[in-house]
Formats: sequence, structure tokens, C-alpha cells
Amino acid sequence: MQLTLEQQQILDGAKGETMAKVMKTLVMYGDAFGAEKMVPVTSEYNHLVTSFGLKMMTPVFDLMDQLIKAGAVSGQKFSVDPRPVDKNVPANFLQKLIFNKFMYSTQESYEKQLKELGLMNDDAFTCACYMDEVGNKPKKGEVLSWAESSAVVYANSVLGARCNRNSGIMDLMGSIVGYVPYFGLLTDEGRKATWVIRVETTKKPEAQLLGSAIGMKVMEDVPYVVGLDKWLGTELDDAACTYLKDFGAATASNGAVGLYHIDNLTPEAVELGHSLIVEGAKEYVIDDAELQRVQDSYPMIWKNADAKPKLCFVGCPHMSLQQLKDWTDNVEAGLKASGLSKVAIPTVFTASKPVLREFEKTPYAERLKKTGVITSYICPLMYMNNPLCAKMPVITSSNKLRTYTTARYYTDEQILAQITKGGK
Amino acid sequence: MRKFKGRIVTPGTCTAEALVSHGGLNTLASFQKALQFGDKTATCGDQNNPDLYGKQMLGKALCLPQTIGSTTGGLVLYCACAMKRQPACMLFSNHIDSLAAAGAILADVWVEDVTMPVVDCLGDEFLDYVKDGMKITIEEDGTVVVE
Repeated sequence: MQLTLEQQQILDGAKGETMAKVMKTLVMYGDAFGAEKMVPVTSEYNHLVTSFGLKMMTPVFDLMDQLIKAGAVSGQKFSVDPRPVDKNVPANFLQKLIFNKFMYSTQESYEKQLKELGLMNDDAFTCACYMDEVGNKPKKGEVLSWAESSAVVYANSVLGARCNRNSGIMDLMGSIVGYVPYFGLLTDEGRKATWVIRVETTKKPEAQLLGSAIGMKVMEDVPYVVGLDKWLGTELDDAACTYLKDFGAATASNGAVGLYHIDNLTPEAVELGHSLIVEGAKEYVIDDAELQRVQDSYPMIWKNADAKPKLCFVGCPHMSLQQLKDWTDNVEAGLKASGLSKVAIPTVFTASKPVLREFEKTPYAERLKKTGVITSYICPLMYMNNPLCAKMPVITSSNKLRTYTTARYYTDEQILAQITKGGK
Repeated sequence: MRKFKGRIVTPGTCTAEALVSHGGLNTLASFQKALQFGDKTATCGDQNNPDLYGKQMLGKALCLPQTIGSTTGGLVLYCACAMKRQPACMLFSNHIDSLAAAGAILADVWVEDVTMPVVDCLGDEFLDYVKDGMKITIEEDGTVVVE
């Protein structure tokens, strides 16, 4: 890799041994992908994936201590993934004991580390940092050093920023030196599509199912999706962005997608159209039957397949303000239709604190509260990591949560039916 | 016995028993339980990976196409190395992905007393040929001997 004089000096130790190791890490990372140079990180903020003071991460805390002591802190402020614990979310005595004494016992000290390293503010804990209410929304063409698969795929695809699927810690390394190796999704070539996905469903496909199907098929390749604009329109309005948030998270967790293009909708597809598709691109047709096949293929991992769900999570990734409002309308209507006043299954809607604060200012908040639905800033995945929670029959409309935990996936409509009619 | 020539991502030599995943390895889902709850043999916890689910990964020559899933993947692999619960080596049939590369490189640069050689670009034929339990040897130049 060709380094600038400044980069070479850092690598040679001009800014100390720790900074040299940070640069060495990035150079090796770039070398693994044939990067010929490093480019400056140009976004205002970074986003880190590691938000949880989980005991198993002791090596990470030690590494961060090493960085802080050497003054190798982030050159940018950053947001970070959601907090793992919230007392609003139902948990029994033993579950709480495991959360607080065994799993996330280092949360407080870890958050102190994050502040020292450059955390934006106390509310900057969310996987959906790109929401207007949160304020970490990069511009088209900006180069990022982000991690968090759902945020990276959103930033690349919907916002047109440029970011590789960086791992946790590597995200911070780029922010510390202010450079990232130039390869993959940072390059024009790397943003070209090697798959054409033809959506031929008879109704608007479920975002999280469509994303899952595509992710499992293309893995880390870039898909160009044709036919979805029929259902989403050609404007990146709130509804389209929300759909793409959930769709993208499923492509990234069920596969390893870091960028997708939606014909006539996402910025690069609008600008460059089918010229983004490489010659000889593979094709995958998705119709109603294919989506059903994908949903039916998910393994049943509950011990008792007929167990009555004890908890429901909606909001992985974190919900948008409009999503909270729409779900409020839908839950109210569902309860009314079934003659119930409260949801039949304890239900948690998750969103960032800034989004929840805006939601609280609307009349929807009181209406949702009356249905019995709980709102929280928690990361449902971190909740489900508790082995006692993992044993519970938990349902979700998040395909990401399904992938990483024992939560059972249902479509939005199926979830609504279950929580408002008790699964009848 | 067959030899496959790959590209060295992180250097080292080793001999170990093969453990083969034909699908992508979801690093978080695979290692999470093992790291969190003191399973020193690193039993794979990824329910979506029928090749590996429930099998010990510690000390094995992990043969796979690539890793997939959460971007915590690299730091999970780094933690596995720092906690000495890592595979003996990782052998990728494809070009290594950014998360696995991050984990392997972070371990190589920041963990002093652990070596986990990583070789990629071994080709589809490698993954077709290698089976669980076969003896794997990595040579200094990135040649992988399977017998």
C-alpha cells in the first residue's frame, strides 16, 4: 500500500507505539483487500457497534484502556449501538440478576470508556443513528469508518455514503487515525451490482422477509433490486426509508450485504441506473412462493413449538417515529376488532431515546401506553443473550433478532394478530 | 492427500483436525455462548449452521467459505483469540471477508501470545474435498495439506 508521508510516519512510531499499532492494523486490513492507499474519513461522526459492557468483552475493554492511556482517542465524536438493559423491559428476579451481576456488570465502566473515547452524548445509543432525531446522518459520498451491519448498509444504500462492513474495534481504529483503507464499498467498482433481483410478488413484500431472502442468496455481494419501486414508489420518503431500514438489516444479518441498489429509488440507482449492474450478473426472482419458502425454512428452535409467547419485540433495528405512530394505530385497531383493551402478550417497541422523546410529545404516546405496549431504548438482541431470556418463547418481527437469538420470527401482520388477539 | 495453495492473511504454521462449514460462519452466533458462559471448548452456537452447530471449534482447523452476520464478528473473533478459545487456524475457500479479516488482524497485532494462522483464496475445490476430522497442515508459504 502506498502511504503518504504522514501515514508512514505514524506507522513508524512518530506518534507513539500505540498509534503505530493502530496504523499497522489498518494497513494490514487494507492489504488483505488489495487497497493501494488510505483515504480520509470525511463524515462528521462515527458509529460504533460495541455498546455493551459484556463480561466476555474484557479483551476489548483492555484494548480500549490501552488506547485511552496512549491518548489514541477518536478524532470524531461517535454514536454507538443501543444499551443492553432497561428496567422498563419485563424481566424476572433471576433474569435481572444475570443481567446485572453476570452479563452487563461492566456497563458503567464501559460507558465511561466510551465517553473518554468520544461518545456524542448520553443519548447516542442506537443502531439507527441516521434518524434525524439522533443526528448522525452522513451525506452522499462521505467516507465513513462505521460498524453495525444495519447502519452500514443503510448509510451506503439509502444515504449514498461510502463505508465498508467494518468490524467492531476496526471502526474505532479508522476514527483514531482519521484514515481508512480504500477498497470494496469505498470504490466505484466495488459498488457495482453482481446480482439482479427481480421482485415479482403480488403484494408489497414484507421488508424483513425480502431482505432475508436476498441476504441468504447473495451473501456479501451487491444486489440491484428491480420491481420494488412498484411498491415503494420512487421517492425516498419516510415510509420508503423505514421499509429500507428493516429490509437492509435483514440482508445484512441473514447474509452479509453492505450495499444494495433499488431501481428508481436509492440515490446511486437513480443516478446511474442499470449501468451499476456488471455484465454477467446473476439473477434471482422472488415471488410470493419464494418468500413463503424462505419463511418456512427458518429452523424451529423452541422446545415446545406450540408454547404461548411470553414476550414480543418490535424494533430491531430501532423504530422510526412514523413506525411508532403506525404501530399505535394498528395495535389500537387490532384490539378494537378483537374486543380487547390491552395487548395479549407483553410487547416492547424499541427506539432510540431521541425518537422516543419526540414520540412522547405526540398524542400517540398516551394512546400506545393504554394498549399496554412498553417502549424502550434497549437492544433486544442483548436482552435475548441472557440464557434465561433465551429459554422463553419470544416472538419478533425482526429477522435480525431471529438470526442471532431464539426469538421466533413472524411478519408484522402476524405479530399484530398475535399481540392483539392473543394468538387465537 | 492433496495440497491447496492459498494466500496468507495472518502468518503461521499449524497442524489440526478439520472442521468444515459449507455455509458462511456467523461469528457472533457461533461464538457468543462460548465466550459469554465459560465454554472453554468454544462449542458452536449457531442454530442456522447445521455443519457446525454443537461442535467444538477450539483447536480445530476451521474450513469455511467466509464469515457472515453482525459487524461485531471481528471483535468476537478477537475476543476468542485473546481468551484462547479460537480455532487453530481459519481456512477460507473464498477471499476473506472484512469481518473475519478484522478479527484475525486485530488478534495478530494486539494479542501477543496467540497465533491463529489464516489462509484464504483456497478455492471451491478445497471446500469440496476437505471433510470433518481430516488432518490439516499449514505450511509457511500458505500451502494447505489435507490428508
